[in-house]
Amino acid sequence: MNSLAVPTAAVSLQGVTKEFGKGESSTLVLRGVNLDVYYGEITLIVGQSGSGKTTLLSVAAGLLNATSGTVMVLGQDLAALSPKEQVLFRRKNLGFAFQQFNLLPALTACENAAVPLLAAGVNRHEAIHRASLLLDRLGMTHRYNALPSKLSGGEQQRVAFARALIHEPHLVIADEPTSSLDSQTGQLVMELLTSISFSPNRAVIIVTHDDRIFRFGNRIATMSDGIIDHITSHTITPSS
Amino acid sequence: MNFVAFKMLVGDRPKYLGLIFAIGFASFLISQQCSIFCSLMLRTTSQIRDIVDASIWVMDPATLYFDEARPLPDNKLYRVRQVPGVAWAVPLFKGTATMRTDKGNFRAITLFGLDDTSLVGAPPHMLLGRLEDLSLPDAVIIDRDGYKLLYPGEPYKIGREIEMNERRGIIVGICKISRAFNANLVGFTRYSNALDFVGQQRNNMSFVLAQPDPGLSPEVVAQRIKAKTGLMALDWNAFGWKTIWYYMKHTGIPINFGTTIIVGIIVGMVVAGQTFYIFTIENLKQFGALKAIGVTNGTLLRMILLQASIVAFIGYSIGVSMCSFFIMRTTHLPATRGFTIPWQVFVFTAIIIFSIVLLASLASLRKVLVLEPAIVFRG
Ligand SMILES: Nc1ncnc2c1ncn2[C@@H]1O[C@H](COP(=O)(O)OP(=O)(O)OP(=O)(O)O)[C@@H](O)[C@H]1O
Ligand SMILES: [Mg+2]
Repeated sequence: MNSLAVPTAAVSLQGVTKEFGKGESSTLVLRGVNLDVYYGEITLIVGQSGSGKTTLLSVAAGLLNATSGTVMVLGQDLAALSPKEQVLFRRKNLGFAFQQFNLLPALTACENAAVPLLAAGVNRHEAIHRASLLLDRLGMTHRYNALPSKLSGGEQQRVAFARALIHEPHLVIADEPTSSLDSQTGQLVMELLTSISFSPNRAVIIVTHDDRIFRFGNRIATMSDGIIDHITSHTITPSS
Repeated sequence: MNFVAFKMLVGDRPKYLGLIFAIGFASFLISQQCSIFCSLMLRTTSQIRDIVDASIWVMDPATLYFDEARPLPDNKLYRVRQVPGVAWAVPLFKGTATMRTDKGNFRAITLFGLDDTSLVGAPPHMLLGRLEDLSLPDAVIIDRDGYKLLYPGEPYKIGREIEMNERRGIIVGICKISRAFNANLVGFTRYSNALDFVGQQRNNMSFVLAQPDPGLSPEVVAQRIKAKTGLMALDWNAFGWKTIWYYMKHTGIPINFGTTIIVGIIVGMVVAGQTFYIFTIENLKQFGALKAIGVTNGTLLRMILLQASIVAFIGYSIGVSMCSFFIMRTTHLPATRGFTIPWQVFVFTAIIIFSIVLLASLASLRKVLVLEPAIVFRG
């Protein structure tokens, strides 16, 4: 448990800017973000609506290219990768969870959770088996074969977490994972996420509005108008 | 990921069934109309194809197609026989007469007059009576459809008397022939008889049928006949095509069928294309999630093409099966006798259908390939 004592940066953003559009109609959404995200930690990004949290997350995930500045993820400069290499980098190293869950409606819970393995070429039986084991740990044993439309929001988000973690990524990224859930379910889901995702060689970034989940973060970075305003850090016990 | 693509496709059941229905419908329309068209066009040549003894048809150069042969003077027969490489040549008469039965029933009939001794051009299958009996005085053989029209509801019977051009004739046989393009009755008699039944003209011989010496091809000998006699000489295949082209150019048939086929293509394209396009667009968010997760564009391309091929294949199979069923059920009826699906129709329909679906999927594919995966974070 001394990863907090000698933290290494999993993600390191230096002077990152992001501009949408060109010329007069352009908007500068990120205005020089500096942020380090560490292995073995959960970093929360909070801030007002429109302050650029989602944009920052997209840049850190390699879904958007920064306009300027350097984006180092897991020791790799994302700008140095070709678009195809970026996709393969994400496939191998990143896990995602979204506010709207974004599960594939035609796939069962197990199949949805198995998608990153399938995309990486793992055979179907093996992938679905591994997905079922992870769903067990998320308390979803009885829902393996349910379609997303038959699952509650909390259950869907648990499947989405399984999908984000199934391939044991080094970086997990979640945008407002609890804001479509009621507060009790949100708490439960966050507890599961923090306990299951914790690993000394994994960093987790969660964007949230929800101050009731602040206690799950090792570090809380507050954004305001396109920059990181301040960062607070505190120790938590990741497996509550 | 093929499995994921497949599930995405069939998971959206109404759209999946809609796609299959649209493509099946288009396949059916295209293959059925093409088959009927080809079958009708082949009918225009059925009487050429029924004559298997002779492979060269000689006719007046002004003759445009089988059903309208300008008569030749009899001496042309001898000119043809003298051409080197011609093994034998015989006359064929084709004319129209009005046949009257003993009960006063009368119908127009296409009458073939066959060479008195060789009977070249005789019908391929006799149902009742013997071909040789054509050598009896006034003998006539008629086809079964004609018999049924002349004697509705009566069993086949030979020895019945008929009258053409105020001349007595006797039905000595009932035959089965390929269905011709027009719905006329067809009869066969000896050449000398035919002239009496139809009425002598200055020139009477419609065609000269010839056969090349063994080892010589019909095309080569036809060419020689043309050079030596100034007549038009074609092997049976070329004459068949000449006749088909005449019908294509001078009747509304190709336009009529062409229109339906184009409608089939457009309906298929619009409905299938649109449904497939909407299917992809509505799944854009899903494709975005897959992209974010790390599915490459190459894999997405394969997934969409797989989805497209599945619906194309199933729709096509249903469509051509329905067409085959239709043709099987109708090929024995008098109006549609002998209708078939030439293999080219299967290939043609497949090419059209797969192109439609490919085009539709390419349109939606573009959307997926340029899609920004960052949209997955947007509500
Ligand atoms: N693709 C884009 N093109 C133009 N402007 C954009 C684009 N994406 C985001 N923006 C703008 O950037 C700003 C920040 O957006 P972002 O979604 O990052 O904010 P956020 O902090 O996540 O807000 P919220 O809490 O509401 O999710 C907004 O003003 C938004 O309109
Ligand atoms: Mg946001």
